[in-house]
Amino acid sequence: MKTITTGIDMGSKNVKVVILKDGKVLARGITLSGFDQKEAAKKVFNEVLKKASLSLDDIDQIVATGAGKEVAPYANSDISMVGADAIGGSFLFPSARTIIDVGAEEGRAARCDEKGKMIDFVINEKCAAGAGTFVEAMARALEVTLEEMGPLSLKAERAVPMNAQCTIFAESEVVTLIHEKTSKADISRAIHDAIADRITSMTRRLGIQRDVVLAGGVAKNIGFVNSLEKALEVKLLIPKEPEFVGALGAALAPLR
Amino acid sequence: MKKEYWRWPEYRRTLPGKDWTKAWVITAGVDVGSVSSKAAIMIDGELYAYGIIRTGSSSPDSANKAMERAMEGTRMKLDDIHYIVGTGYGRVNVPFANRAITEIACHARGANYIWGPTVRTLMDMGGQDCKAIRCDEKGRVTAFLMNDKCAAGTGRGMEVIADLLSIPIEDVGPTSLMVEEEPEPVSSTCVVFAKSEAVGLLRKGWPKEMVLAAFCSAMARRISELLERIKVERDFAITGGIAKNIGVVKRLEEIIGIRALPMKEGFDPMVAGGIGAALFAKALYEKERQSS
Repeated sequence: MKTITTGIDMGSKNVKVVILKDGKVLARGITLSGFDQKEAAKKVFNEVLKKASLSLDDIDQIVATGAGKEVAPYANSDISMVGADAIGGSFLFPSARTIIDVGAEEGRAARCDEKGKMIDFVINEKCAAGAGTFVEAMARALEVTLEEMGPLSLKAERAVPMNAQCTIFAESEVVTLIHEKTSKADISRAIHDAIADRITSMTRRLGIQRDVVLAGGVAKNIGFVNSLEKALEVKLLIPKEPEFVGALGAALAPLR
Repeated sequence: MKKEYWRWPEYRRTLPGKDWTKAWVITAGVDVGSVSSKAAIMIDGELYAYGIIRTGSSSPDSANKAMERAMEGTRMKLDDIHYIVGTGYGRVNVPFANRAITEIACHARGANYIWGPTVRTLMDMGGQDCKAIRCDEKGRVTAFLMNDKCAAGTGRGMEVIADLLSIPIEDVGPTSLMVEEEPEPVSSTCVVFAKSEAVGLLRKGWPKEMVLAAFCSAMARRISELLERIKVERDFAITGGIAKNIGVVKRLEEIIGIRALPMKEGFDPMVAGGIGAALFAKALYEKERQSS
């Protein structure tokens, strides 16, 4: 008898779904949460189901996580985001003791034991300056795409400090830096350094224990990864699909 | 071009019945804030004229423009002014100033002039920061608390919402009071998150005045935290641009249970810092003359 489980991560920006069969990924999918997150979740869930050639009845357990987990469709149970991060992160990297997850509207870090059990956590959900939204807003102010900004910041020639700690104020600061003829590469680096500093000081409250995994959509931004490694003074372990760590952890939870 | 709802009117005013050419001492205060620049001209210690403009990318330019605006139509020239004090965020970049003094001291001094010696607590709600200030009967600062790290509770935060809802910033306050029942305040502190929350409320079918009420009330709550920490005491006055937003002021008064002193006819709450600076300028000028 094989066990088929599904994790649905109802993130503030994207819904992620992962289907597992005995701990192996059968299929996964991601879609924008949009105006109606529940509808978006239903749609992506059914698509992933189709990809795995399964029907709803084939699934033994459906576990929801993420900011919108209360409205997750089809779910039998739910798990906290930090709990799911700990399970998913240590499944991918058994040596992981700290899992940092930077999503669209939240930054968080979980400490776990060698079995992937969450021991302690910190979350910032109050301030956009410590979440992916910050980088998106800065990319708009800088008039570059989010995809361009990461590689661009690796070309920076100097570290320009950013004074603003608030996303709204930082937008004006970026405009000022552009007026002062600071290069876009240097500004990108300053932006990534700024958010990396905030994630680092949040994680320090927890204590930084190696190995450290970086999950969440912002982990795909090479510029941020570079700045965060410098700020934390550790080499980060990054999954191939960092935004799926939460959904993976949720799908793994019933198997433990 | 897209209408800029956040854009508040720049203007100037000369107070009636005064002739600067007969004055003994002419001083000015130039308050270069992060969002607006204000210049106040005083003759023999009485407010004569002022100008308010939007701060540009350069502080010296903004200081020049604010000063020119205040002098417009008065035939006064910069050389006619005996002493000038710069204040505000860009105070060290006022090219023609004789001295720079912090805006906290200037606001307290200005409030003492506008409302008299009974003012004990002052809330300065500016473009990119807000400050709760305690002062004595002479307008000297005895304590202060400020938030300059976060846009929540500042004029910039209000501009963002005015733009989002396409409501001219001057109409935000009155519109927010048009609700029949006061909604729950917006739960996000962060302006960025509050903006997404507001979008969500509009999608749920909330009318604009309800969303504005929820936002103004969250802002009032945020500001009240500073006042509670500093222990607000009567008389209480409000300066800065948000003093003109009745939607925030009314709700703030309700939370702290104290009415703010009403704005004096002919004055503008944004110019309090400039007035304080001009009064310091007069005192400094007289002191320098005595010692020379």
